[in-house]
Amino acid sequence: MRVKAQVAMVMNLDKCIGCHTCSVTCKQVWTNRPGTEYVYFNNVETKPGVGYPKRYEDQDQWHGGWALDSKGRLKPRAGGRLKKLATLFWNPDLPAIDDYGAPWTYDYQTLTDAPAGKQNPSAHSISALTGKDMTPGWGANWEDDLAGAPERAADDPNFAGLEEQVRLTYEQAFMFYLPRICEHCLNPSCVASCPSGAMYKRDEDGIVLVDQDRCRGWRMCVSGCPYKKVYFNHRTGKAEKCTLCFPRIEAGQPTICSETCVGRLRYLGLMLYDADKVLGAAATADEKDLYGAQLEVFLDPEDPEVRAEAAASGIPAEWIDAARRSPVYALAARHRVALPLHPEYRTLPMVWYIPPLSPVADVAAERDTGLFGAIEALRIPIGYLANLFTAGDPEPVRRALHRLAAIRTHMRSVQLDEDAVSDDDLEDLYRLLAIAKYSDRYVVPPAHAEEAGTLMAQHEQLFCAQPGGPDDNFPQPASGPVRDDDGRLHLDLSPAVPAPRDPQPTDDPARRDA
Amino acid sequence: MNLFWWVILPYIALAVFIVGHVWRWRYDQFGWTTRSTQLQERKLLKWGGPLFHYGTFAAIGGHVIGVLIPERWTAAIGIPETVYRWFSASAGTLAAVLVIGGVLILATRRLFVPRVRATTSTVDYAALILLLVVIITGVVPTIFVNLFGHGYDYRASVAPWFRGLFSLHPSTAAISAAPVIYQVHATAAWLIWALWPFSRLVHAWSAPLWYLWRPYVVYRSRVTTRPAEPGTSGRRWRRIGVPY
Repeated sequence: MRVKAQVAMVMNLDKCIGCHTCSVTCKQVWTNRPGTEYVYFNNVETKPGVGYPKRYEDQDQWHGGWALDSKGRLKPRAGGRLKKLATLFWNPDLPAIDDYGAPWTYDYQTLTDAPAGKQNPSAHSISALTGKDMTPGWGANWEDDLAGAPERAADDPNFAGLEEQVRLTYEQAFMFYLPRICEHCLNPSCVASCPSGAMYKRDEDGIVLVDQDRCRGWRMCVSGCPYKKVYFNHRTGKAEKCTLCFPRIEAGQPTICSETCVGRLRYLGLMLYDADKVLGAAATADEKDLYGAQLEVFLDPEDPEVRAEAAASGIPAEWIDAARRSPVYALAARHRVALPLHPEYRTLPMVWYIPPLSPVADVAAERDTGLFGAIEALRIPIGYLANLFTAGDPEPVRRALHRLAAIRTHMRSVQLDEDAVSDDDLEDLYRLLAIAKYSDRYVVPPAHAEEAGTLMAQHEQLFCAQPGGPDDNFPQPASGPVRDDDGRLHLDLSPAVPAPRDPQPTDDPARRDA
Repeated sequence: MNLFWWVILPYIALAVFIVGHVWRWRYDQFGWTTRSTQLQERKLLKWGGPLFHYGTFAAIGGHVIGVLIPERWTAAIGIPETVYRWFSASAGTLAAVLVIGGVLILATRRLFVPRVRATTSTVDYAALILLLVVIITGVVPTIFVNLFGHGYDYRASVAPWFRGLFSLHPSTAAISAAPVIYQVHATAAWLIWALWPFSRLVHAWSAPLWYLWRPYVVYRSRVTTRPAEPGTSGRRWRRIGVPY
């Protein structure tokens, strides 16, 4: 067992009202710069819809994520290392900027400079790429609230194998919102695709980042990510991605998208996982078993053996304590109401979703069949949700929806009927989902104070750890593994080749002094 | 004049090449990138990118064989000049066709596709012009002198002078007797060496061959480093509105 901790997220789709506040605040904080006009680290998609970039979920087209080869071994779907190097000069799987939506701004100056006249002046659109006039034709939000759905929504890859296209007629249309950020996967295919080794997963908290000083613009990460959540900055020529707001996470604060979420639908917490099991789970033969396999990778923080092993792996005591209070563990692993997004990409994503149930109450009232009977008759087809969350297996989705319905029924009876028996599990879920206090939604342990100097360095340099050798004032840990001189730990996830154990920050006096 | 063109200029170019790279590597990791424009334009790049790069690899290989390896070495292993010339002309022509095809597509793209042109800096234009000069003055003698013409044994003039620069005994007589087109080719090449560290050409030194031996997933942990003094950590993000 090799215990690692990861900051993970759950989003409760029942509560998303599609207000895009998360996208706006994220944009203001992270991508409000030249070169990233078209980039939304956080975007909110209306489902059904083709998404951002167009049809990103169709891996037959884009070849993102992992696939099993004929011998059942895990391989990037776009091809192995040689194929990657051979296609450096033209990446066949890279989306064009028009697939995201070519960025534009408006000629606002005209509004103030135009001479007085009969008509009001209008600000026409200007391309952010060329500075010339353009007519916008697509963008991250082009299909908001099913706009254009009669023409385009049938292209949604999640309709594959369903007979549900008929439901796109106006009377039977369904929709819900899907806010998306980087999944900070346990088996990130963007990291695996990066020829420069500039992308990495942080050992301490699992956040996947791009070292801006080491990225050479080979753009393999952009096509390697099946969620298309790594973006190419067309001004700097470097890849950028959602950082899970690591400066905030290090300070014990929720990400900006979570903090500003109007619907209070986001949850942040720690997951303890066994790094030795990651590759095995990702190589599960049947796609439909991947959800279950990923649950097996997670470790139960209530298990004393897990806690002892975590402490031995150098995870600080209050992090282990935070893992026990983690809403993400409760929703995803304990109650199993949260599901991963597209587990069939084999990246073991770490942003999970509670499937939407909302229209069920109306249906139930209409048909008088009770909540459970109504689940099969939901306007949002279970098959569609299963294609999104469980590689097409309807059972886990059905179970999660039943669970959500049970909370409503149970709480109704508890509140109306004094003799109702209490149910700890359901009331725990009720507390998490319905009451959803700030302190219950966000359990983010701050990074350790003795690493404050390091953190400052990371902030100054944005995404990168500066190469640095031993230094008089900032001594390297005396004990511990041999790493290369900029702290890079080439962790081969295969259990047969154990990586060096991490230094234990809390036990190391040299580190405490620093 | 001979001294300037064939001794001083090469050494200046080499000095700028070395010092420039040291400076750029230390100061500007952030700017060290291919600055790919595939995001903006992918149809022309599909042909231009691979043609140019693979053609260039072939051309570099040809220069190593033709310029760095002395004629007497190939003669010593029994390859007569006629055979060498036949090989050099045919393989060289193949590389030439690839490179010239590629560079013409890429130059067209850069000049006439507005989205790509908007990303082009002055250094890019300078590098592009020099590359065009070097490639045309390299391709013309390969095809018209060595393949279809009477041939010219540059291994007796250009190559000894070039090697002499590195053994610190440059022979200006040999190169100054060479045809003008070879002289222009060599001079433009030196200018490219001097421009190299300040252009996007630096991405050539980052060819990620190491990827072939690396485990797929990279983990990295924090290391204790002293925070850099503000302004001393190299080039960074620009403020909004400042051009890159």
